[in-house]
Amino acid sequence: MSDGELGIWGVPLAMLAGAIRVSTPFLFVSIGECLTERSGRINLGLEGTLVMGAMSAYGVALGTDSPWLGVLVAAGVGLLLGALHAAICQLPRVNDIATGIGLMLFATGLAFFLGKPFIQPKAPNLGAIDLGWWSDIPQVRQALQVNYLFILGVVLAFALAWALRNTRWGLIVRLAGESVDAALAIGASVGRVRLIATSIGGAFAGVGGAFLSLYYPGSWNEGLSSGQGLMAVALVIFARWDPIRCLWASLLFGAAGAISPALQSIGVTQGYYLFSAAPYVLTLALMIATCSPARSLRGAPGELGAVK
Amino acid sequence: MSDTFSIGRRGLLVGASGAAALGLAGNAQAQKPLVVGFIYVGPRDDYGYNQAHAEAAAILKKMPGVKVVEEEKVPETVAVEKSMQSMINLDGATLLFPTSFGYFDPHMLKEAARFPAVQFRHCGGLWQEGKNPKNTGSYFGYIDECQYLNGIAAGSTTKSGKLGFVAAKPIPQVLRNINAFTLGARSVNPKITTQVIFTGDWAMPVKEAEATNSMIAQGIDVVTCHVDSPKVVIETAERAGIFTCGYHCNQSKLAPKGYLTGAEWNWEKVYVDFIEAMKKGQAPGNFVRGGLKAGFVRPSAYGPAVTAGARTKADAVKAEMLTGNFAIFKDGLKDNKGNMVVPAGTTYSQTEPKLESMNYLIEGVVGSTS
Amino acid sequence: MGQALERIAVPMLALLASAFLFGLLLAVYARVDPLEAFALMYQGAFGSWFSWQNTLSRAAPLILAALCTALPARLGLVIIGNEGAVVLGGVAGAAMGVALAGAPPLVVQLGMIVAGMAVGGLWVALAGALRQWRGVNETIASLLLTYIAIALMNHLVEGPLRDPQSLNKPSTASIGDANMIGTIPGMDVHWGLVFGIIACLLVYIFLSFTTWGFAMDVIGGNAKTARMMGLNVGRYVLLACGVGGAAAGIAGTVEVAAVLGRANASLAVGYGYAGILVSFLARHNPLAIIPVAILLGGIAASGGLLQRRLDLPDAAVVVLQGIIFVAILASETLYGRLLPRKQGS
Repeated sequence: MSDGELGIWGVPLAMLAGAIRVSTPFLFVSIGECLTERSGRINLGLEGTLVMGAMSAYGVALGTDSPWLGVLVAAGVGLLLGALHAAICQLPRVNDIATGIGLMLFATGLAFFLGKPFIQPKAPNLGAIDLGWWSDIPQVRQALQVNYLFILGVVLAFALAWALRNTRWGLIVRLAGESVDAALAIGASVGRVRLIATSIGGAFAGVGGAFLSLYYPGSWNEGLSSGQGLMAVALVIFARWDPIRCLWASLLFGAAGAISPALQSIGVTQGYYLFSAAPYVLTLALMIATCSPARSLRGAPGELGAVK
Repeated sequence: MSDTFSIGRRGLLVGASGAAALGLAGNAQAQKPLVVGFIYVGPRDDYGYNQAHAEAAAILKKMPGVKVVEEEKVPETVAVEKSMQSMINLDGATLLFPTSFGYFDPHMLKEAARFPAVQFRHCGGLWQEGKNPKNTGSYFGYIDECQYLNGIAAGSTTKSGKLGFVAAKPIPQVLRNINAFTLGARSVNPKITTQVIFTGDWAMPVKEAEATNSMIAQGIDVVTCHVDSPKVVIETAERAGIFTCGYHCNQSKLAPKGYLTGAEWNWEKVYVDFIEAMKKGQAPGNFVRGGLKAGFVRPSAYGPAVTAGARTKADAVKAEMLTGNFAIFKDGLKDNKGNMVVPAGTTYSQTEPKLESMNYLIEGVVGSTS
Repeated sequence: MGQALERIAVPMLALLASAFLFGLLLAVYARVDPLEAFALMYQGAFGSWFSWQNTLSRAAPLILAALCTALPARLGLVIIGNEGAVVLGGVAGAAMGVALAGAPPLVVQLGMIVAGMAVGGLWVALAGALRQWRGVNETIASLLLTYIAIALMNHLVEGPLRDPQSLNKPSTASIGDANMIGTIPGMDVHWGLVFGIIACLLVYIFLSFTTWGFAMDVIGGNAKTARMMGLNVGRYVLLACGVGGAAAGIAGTVEVAAVLGRANASLAVGYGYAGILVSFLARHNPLAIIPVAILLGGIAASGGLLQRRLDLPDAAVVVLQGIIFVAILASETLYGRLLPRKQGS
């Protein structure tokens, strides 16, 4: 096959490539949110955490010339924002959904405010691993340029799924999410469990932001996220609180996002707005298909007010 | 005839209205600085459209007797009306530059009727004599000339014969750039095609990167764009080792290897002219357009990948453009559906208003306008 | 008495705390005198009649958009799809305005409002129906519906409904100057403000003085109890979502009929998202929505002055809004603890 002449086969390949490239922020935010929601708390503010993580990672990478230090700081910033959310929600009578929206606004505004000096300069990027060395087709090689953070995200998804199921710590998190009374009965502090789970969830989202600014698309500006953090929170419900299903959902969402440019590149040019909306329609359709009015969602943590 | 022309200035000086009626009299003597308001639709430092204006505004700030006030991220709603009113009422602005296309109708026209003593000049709009108020006007640069030069550089560099253009929306200003770029490339090799991908909005970094990558996957080896901030497209292409042409500002720093050349605005030329006119007590021109010759636009310096032959070709066309005799759209031009859009024997000079309502993609462009 | 005092004192405390935090950020990071900044904000938002009109113009769409969250919230539903209803309400209004071209202005205007209400209402009612009959989470569904609505709007104004004369800003055809609803006599604020206030008053009366309003509170308290009492929960869900969505739809239509004259991407500038904040800050109380919207409108109105005089970025006011929002939500916890109470009260 001569190069560049994949024709219609370019579309599935582009979707695979898109899935790997675009999914990472969704993956990190959704497994972070998955952990948080499993402990019985919802954090809608991860969109702001994502943006804040992107900005701080880029700023640090620029200042220290080390993108990995940027990732670390982004995780730290996310941890703090998560802890702040947890601390506020711990107060009696405070609504966690609304607090999340408030923190989203705050963190996004703060990232734009502090990020002004970082829009112009060029920071070092996180590298990628070339997994397509075996192929002669440039498109395949391009598709298999895989970033370390993607691999880390996949590993974390499996690790989190295992830990939730098989460790004492995982059991306590799940108990805090299922029933406060049961958690209290075994002497666990629900407040502390949720504080930790929400903070770690925030840290994950911060790393997702670092991926955006340091790898793909790989620069800091104010339009960087366009709602990916918010969508990732929706993916958790869609994935029914299972980290591994979060991984599949993120990949699916990434692939769906690649449909519009991929179709245009082979000449299907009508209605690209509608194709761009495909991920949302797909998510909604799958939610309609998998939900049922008769019982609460399978896998839903019992203490999670928002999804009762 | 010069390729800059301004209906308004001549009309005003001849007419009895004169400067006094416009509230401009006495500016020369008065010690009060001339307050100029700039309104941007996006962030001031976007490495693109808004930054090109803001850089020019920064130059105006250094002019004696001029005070510049700026607002960024003002949506094209009642918000921009209020921003204009606020600049006039609270800051004493007498010359306003709302720089986004959507500010023109109805917002700027409404405020111009309300404040007849204030001058409004809009970037990109199509001011019409008799239809629009005298204290308004529009200015724009024929940046398609630089896009044509981009096309020559791109057409001379490509090996696959396939170029890519990442665009926001299929509107006339964008289509004109895509077409000029393609015509430039096809002047080198008529077999070259340009793949266009619309992202749907002016700032969509992830979609822009995806569009660039899907072009790379199709074997495209030179890309350019028309979005608010070209940074993402340029950097993504550079990482993949393909070539780029810049837009709005000079992006050569972002792609030291692959940057061929770029189409840049040179707004300070326009703004300084306007302000000089205001200081003399005249109204600035109402319909101001200009290309390379007028100095409203400029190409970026060639990057290392542009061959000597390509430079010679592009420079020859540039020299012709600088005489004002070069027409991009002429002679039996077909769109990519086969319809004749410029009849044989017809030449549209750059000032042709029909070009400002372009709604087609020419032959050689892969893509459609809706 | 104590309770009334508390209702004023707690938000005031939260506002003071926000002002302090924001001032700290300005002083430490941006090296701007916070007092000067606050003086400018007051001047820009409420310092003169011009500033008041600026503030009220920005508050008008927020009042209507906020009802889209506030009404369903009475049933315990969290709807965040306001933006979608605003955008589609605007498109529907414009399409109807164009379709009725030639009819007397009053007919056109009424037709537009009805179309905007119907489409906005149906869009949000869809989220409610999915919740009620399919068990789909309404928060996420309404968010997804917003993204879909914006894509639909873009598709329509750049495709089937596009006026070929709208060159570089794709839009529908104009509804015609004669059909514009104009501004309130004596002030430079469009009629959306009046519609918003009337809507809030009507919703307040409906919720406080009718059996239906009482039933909604019962459902919001406990849907199971409500069902046992024989209340048709589904009907109330549709009602609340539909009326809320209709209010947001009017916001979009008014934007077309009073400001833009046509529908285009300027409908999606965040009125809906701001409406969510307004509703939560007002604790979903329709009367409190009005002052809260004016407060947020004032902050937005003063943003320009901060940029021009102090060279602060646009994001400064977003940070302030975020801080205020979080502070007011967190202050909910103070109710009942702020003032010493007599036993039994």
